[in-house]
Amino acid sequence: MSYYAYGVAAAVMALGLIGMATSRNLVHTVVCLSVAQSATYILLIAVGFQYGGVAPIFGNQVTQQTPVVDPVVQALTLTDIVVSAAVTSMLLALVIQMAKRRKAVDPDSLSGLEG
Amino acid sequence: MSRRARLTLLWIGLAAFGVAMAIAFTGLPGFGGTFHPYRDLAVVATFAHATANGVSSINFDQRGFDTFGEETILFCAVVGVATLLRPVHRERRREVRSGGRVLESTSLLVYILFPLTLVLAADVVTHGAITPGGGFQGGVVLSTGIHLLYVGGRYTLLRRLRPLAWFEQGEALGVVLFGALGLAGAALGSALFANFVPQGQLSDFISAGTVPLFNIAVGMTVCSSVVILLAGFLDQALAIRSDPGTQGDPPDADSKEEAAA
Repeated sequence: MSYYAYGVAAAVMALGLIGMATSRNLVHTVVCLSVAQSATYILLIAVGFQYGGVAPIFGNQVTQQTPVVDPVVQALTLTDIVVSAAVTSMLLALVIQMAKRRKAVDPDSLSGLEG
Repeated sequence: MSRRARLTLLWIGLAAFGVAMAIAFTGLPGFGGTFHPYRDLAVVATFAHATANGVSSINFDQRGFDTFGEETILFCAVVGVATLLRPVHRERRREVRSGGRVLESTSLLVYILFPLTLVLAADVVTHGAITPGGGFQGGVVLSTGIHLLYVGGRYTLLRRLRPLAWFEQGEALGVVLFGALGLAGAALGSALFANFVPQGQLSDFISAGTVPLFNIAVGMTVCSSVVILLAGFLDQALAIRSDPGTQGDPPDADSKEEAAA
């Protein structure tokens, strides 16, 4: 059981990769990339977890000695989410351009290079 | 590459990925254990600057320069999307009418939730240093609140309440403010992005020094970014149409016209 959460992260990552490789629509590919990236959130949060730890918001009840879950990986997860949003929006804009110029969103029919 | 070859390659890669992950995970400290050296150091630093929210302290105080990079990534992505989604030639912008029927219950819900969401967003941003939340989260909530107007079936109202030029300037202003606060840390404090404002008492509204100021700067940038991004995508879906005469053009007509121009 001790490595269960890490296994979940690896499984979600694998699902995202399978989705990207078998995708028939570029929007689906972009969503699968988001799924694969959300595996990294699970991994980061799992690494910082501690049984009995509370959220790292300090005050009267939560002092410096209270066990808290790791705030460092939570901050990294926040960064991760922002980057994911930026990448997803960029890719979706590219997909829109692709659909306009090539009239196709199936990756298999977009094999030729253009330039 | 054929589909079969691609799938074979995928399974080989996944097998290798699984083996690598298994080796890596067994080397990690067990899930939920008490060994968190970075946590211990970060908590001490958080208390040293009287910041109640540990995550905000790390993001805006202990690693402020990283967060500046993160904000710049978002800024660049918005610029990229705005460039990609502008109307190309042979496209025109049409006037969008607020047509269609919206359920009265939906409209009512929007009227109730719109002001509530704006207040909640302001609360999340300004209390980012002492309660869960912060500039990133509050910015997203704020932009979501603005787009409730669209859910309520009022695209024209959304366009009037959302002067895009303001948000474009607000986004840039947020990034500049963030950088200026960092430079002020170098000028008035010990180092770039240092916390140079007196930090006060833990859990007070005015505490944690520069962290609330950074939160407001980030809130401005994130809210403006999301508004500009969604405006681009909504424009593509609703307002931008290709000229009717050019539907059947061959795919390479574009490049020929560009060469001629």
